[in-house]
Order: sequence, then C-alpha cells, then structure tokens
Amino acid sequence: MALALQQLINGLTLGAVYGLIAIGYTMVYGIIGMINFAHGDIYMVSAFIAVTVFTMLAGFGISSVPLSLLLVLLVAVLFTSVYGWTVERIAYRPLRGSTRLAPLISAIGMSIFLQNMVQLTQGARVKPIPPVLVGGIDLLTIDGFTVRLAYSQILIVFVTIALMAGFTWLITKTSFGRQQRSCEQDRTMTALLGINVDRTISLTFMLGAALAAVAGVMVTVYYGVVDFFIGFVAGIKAFTAAVLGGIGSLPGAMLGGLLIGLIEAFWAAYLSAEYKDVATFSILILVLMFRPSGLLGRPEVEKV
Amino acid sequence: MMLQLSGVHAHYGHIHALHGVDIEVQVGEVVTLIGANGAGKSTLMMTIFGQPRASGGRIVFNGEDITRLPTHEIARRGIALVPEGRRIFSRMTVMENLQMGAVLGEEMNFEVDLKRMYLLFPILEERCQQRAGTLSGGEQQMLAIARALMSRPQLLLLDEPSLGLAPLYIKKIFQIVRELNREHGMTILLVEQNAHHALRVAHRGYVMQHGQIILAGSGRELLANPEVHAAYLEGGHAATAA
Ligand SMILES: Nc1ncnc2c1ncn2[C@@H]1O[C@H](COP(=O)(O)OP(=O)(O)OP(=O)(O)O)[C@@H](O)[C@H]1O
Ligand SMILES: [Mg+2]
Repeated sequence: MALALQQLINGLTLGAVYGLIAIGYTMVYGIIGMINFAHGDIYMVSAFIAVTVFTMLAGFGISSVPLSLLLVLLVAVLFTSVYGWTVERIAYRPLRGSTRLAPLISAIGMSIFLQNMVQLTQGARVKPIPPVLVGGIDLLTIDGFTVRLAYSQILIVFVTIALMAGFTWLITKTSFGRQQRSCEQDRTMTALLGINVDRTISLTFMLGAALAAVAGVMVTVYYGVVDFFIGFVAGIKAFTAAVLGGIGSLPGAMLGGLLIGLIEAFWAAYLSAEYKDVATFSILILVLMFRPSGLLGRPEVEKV
Repeated sequence: MMLQLSGVHAHYGHIHALHGVDIEVQVGEVVTLIGANGAGKSTLMMTIFGQPRASGGRIVFNGEDITRLPTHEIARRGIALVPEGRRIFSRMTVMENLQMGAVLGEEMNFEVDLKRMYLLFPILEERCQQRAGTLSGGEQQMLAIARALMSRPQLLLLDEPSLGLAPLYIKKIFQIVRELNREHGMTILLVEQNAHHALRVAHRGYVMQHGQIILAGSGRELLANPEVHAAYLEGGHAATAA
C-alpha cells in the first residue's frame, strides 16, 4: 500500500516530464505530419546546460534556489529553442515536399551530431550537479515504509501543470494558436489568408523545444545527475507517450505522458526494475499494431 | 489598373496548365472568367497567389510586381480568395474561421466587420460557436466568403462560389457579389460555371479554354456571342468547349 502510493507519486513525476517532451513531438507532427527525430536530444542538451549553469552559479556563490532555477531555465530554454529552430531550418524545411524519409534521415543526422558534440565537450561520464533542491516531506509511514514527497517532485508537478495550462490557453485561445491549428489543417489556405506559414512552423519547433528544455532541467534537479544516454531513452519514452495518447493530439500527449510514467513506476516496483524500459517499448509496439491513432487521436488523418 | 497578368504560364509538374494568359482587372470592376472543366480557371486564381508559382510571365498588382512574392505577402497586398472547394477550417469554430480571415485586418475593425458579416449572413451568427465542418455546404460557402471579406481586401477572387448550391443560395451569392461591388466598390474577379448569372453581374468577362484566353468582352457582348451561347449558356452549364 505504502509502496503503491510512493510509486504513484514517482510515476506522476516521471509522467509529467514525459508529457512535456511528448508535446513537442505531437505539435511538430500535427503541423508538418512528420516526427522530429532530433527532439529527444533537446532534453539531453538542456540537462547538460542545467549542470553547467548550476555549477557556474554555485561557483559565483549564488545559492538562492528560485533565482538559480530561473536562470538555468532561461538559459536552457534560450539555447534549445535556437536548436529547435535550427533543426527545422536545416533538416526539415529544405526537404519539405521531398520523400517522407529524407527529413527523417537528416534529423537523425543532426541528432547524432548533437550527441557527439555534447559527448566531446562534456565527456561520456555521468555528471552530478551541486545539490539544488533537496529534502522533502514524509507523508506517512506504514509498516516501516515511509512515503516521501520530495520538494523537487512538487516543483516538477507544479511547473508542469502551469506550463500545460499556459500552453493549452496559447493553442486554444490566442491568434498564434489558431494559426498553428489552421496550419495543421490546411497550410496553403492559411498562407492565402496572409499568414507566414514558415514562421508558424519555426515557432512550433521552438515551443516544443522549450518545453522539452524545461523537462530536462527539472529532471536534472530531480535526479541530481545527468548522463549522456538520457536523451535517447527519455526521447523514446516521450515519443511512446505521444503515440499512446494519439500523435497530433495535445491532451493526448499529456495523458500519454502520465500513463507511461505510471506504468514505468509500477512496473519497476512490482515486476522488474532492470527491465522497466521494456514496458515502454512493448506499449509502443502494441499501440502501433492495434491502435495507431492512440487513445485521443483522430482515427483517420485528414490530409488536404 | 489593379491587377494585370501578362503572358502567365503555370505548370503542375509536367502538366502545362496555363499557356500565356493575359487578363486585366480595373479598380471597381467585376470581371468574370468562364470556361469548361479543366480549362485552368482555378489554376489562374491560385497562380496569382503563387500556388503554383507562375513559370513564365508577370503578375502586377497596384503597380507592384508580385510574381515572385511569397503567398502570404501577396495576400497582405490586399487580395483575398474564396477558393474552389471552400477550404474552411472544418475542425475550428465558425468564429475562429472568421478570426483567421481577420488576421490581416486591424484589430479595432474586428467587431465592426463581424457585425457586418452577421448582417450579410445571419446564419453565421447563429452558428458562431459551432464547428465549421458541421455546417451545410451552402453555409460553408457563406463562411468562406465572410472569411475572405474579414481582411477588407481591395480585390476579391471568387472561385465558383455557387457550385453545388441550391437555387435560393445561388441567387443570394450573386446578390452579394452585386452588392459588394455596387455599394462597397469592391473589385471582384469571379470564376463561374454558371455563365449566365456571372456574365450578367460582370462588367467584363473572359472565356478560357485549354489554359488560354480565347475570348474577351463586356458581359453583354459575351452573353450575345453565339459561340459563348452554344458552349456555355445552353442548359445553363458548360458543355464541352467548342
Ligand atoms: N494539383 C494539380 N496537380 C496536377 N494537375 C492539376 C492540379 N490542379 C489542376 N490540374 C490540372 O490543370 C488543369 C486545369 O485545372 P483547373 O483546376 O485550373 O481547371 P478549372 O478550369 O478550374 O476546372 P473546373 O471548372 O473543373 O474547376 C486540369 O487539366 C487539371 O487536371
Ligand atoms: Mg476550378
């Protein structure tokens, strides 16, 4: 019982992170009908940016948690949105209108480039950060097992809820959101109304990147370490979340993220911690086989 | 001269759809373009917007060469299109479609223009929170026209606005074309299969066949022309071009 409660907390935390990354996949897919295969790395890059900036700030003697978090988020969001913009310009835009496989390959190329660059500059070893947000609240103890809610978990859940609320508002209520959705439905018609479609697509890549960057920073705070492989694994899990929720669907990405986080947490606790990644990949395969439109996706993709 | 196309060619891959088209539209005119299926009328409309881009010739709008401008920049010059097949955003609400049309307009004009559209098409006000995809065909056509008007264009391009509509709606569409032109001074380029109606509201008309203009004249002249009569007017619909 206590273990289940603990895993519920852990699962929701993880799920929030996957959900944030999944939004980037789903938005880009929605607008250009392709998966951004360089998206998972954004998360890894921002985790490394977080390590670097946290270490620097600690070096300067800045110890205020909100201030250093804010600065790190700012730097990470800035860098990664530039990266998201670059990926679109270099890997996707020149190949728009060519075969669907071409941008996929160029995106994977960019992703490999980025991974190697990070590996070269940061080294392949696991990096710790100075402790930023430690401690937590002991909720209750049952049979000697204490259910604990870490401060970093509270942070993750709150930031995620705030971001998702803000993002939902942006997409459903603002002029940019309408343009984003109209591009999803009919890019030519959107351009005919005087809207710069290229700019809307660029902004979509950048927004997705910024959300993934926040996820990367928060995970770094949560685990206290970052390693080079996390981009790949978290990327695939978030991708699975997007597919499970229904690729192209914003609420689907959030729901999918939560489900994947929960499944992973419970699988690790009750079945096998070593094989927890297998759970995610099995889900990916099963969803693709039996319900490719996902839980909240539209059954058939309308193409205009 | 508001719009001038000279020697415009257009291709879809290897298909040569426009073979050197020359047309002109003067400020304040209603000009109609008639022709059989596949003549290239819709292509001409889309080529003005660079979709596809003209593969030869020049398109000038208000003295500016717009041939190479990006599509959204062409729209920003003050041209709006009600495209073939309406192309409303079916998953968005009626209101959101109108807001999309108003992206180029001034923010402060929005409420005024919205009221004007509701006056013109009362059904849109009733349905404003409904998903556009659930509207009937005729209602969708009205929405497409209203969406185009929301940007207060100088030149309105209408591609078969009456296609597939009941007689009552057809009458209403032509009434609106007349009203927009006569009362609001809007310049209109109108593509129609419904040649009879179109030639009657238009000041001038062009007849298109196989990607070329084969006849031009005032609406009255074309109505009286026996060739036009045989090909496009008998039975009210385009037969195979003579
Ligand atoms: N997207 C496209 N790809 C390839 N060919 C096209 C495309 N659109 C139009 N065509 C071809 O170009 C020619 C002109 O087509 P267009 O749609 O301009 O004719 P239209 O005069 O508008 O006909 P209709 O009265 O049926 O609407 C036709 O032969 C058509 O098959
Ligand atoms: Mg046509």
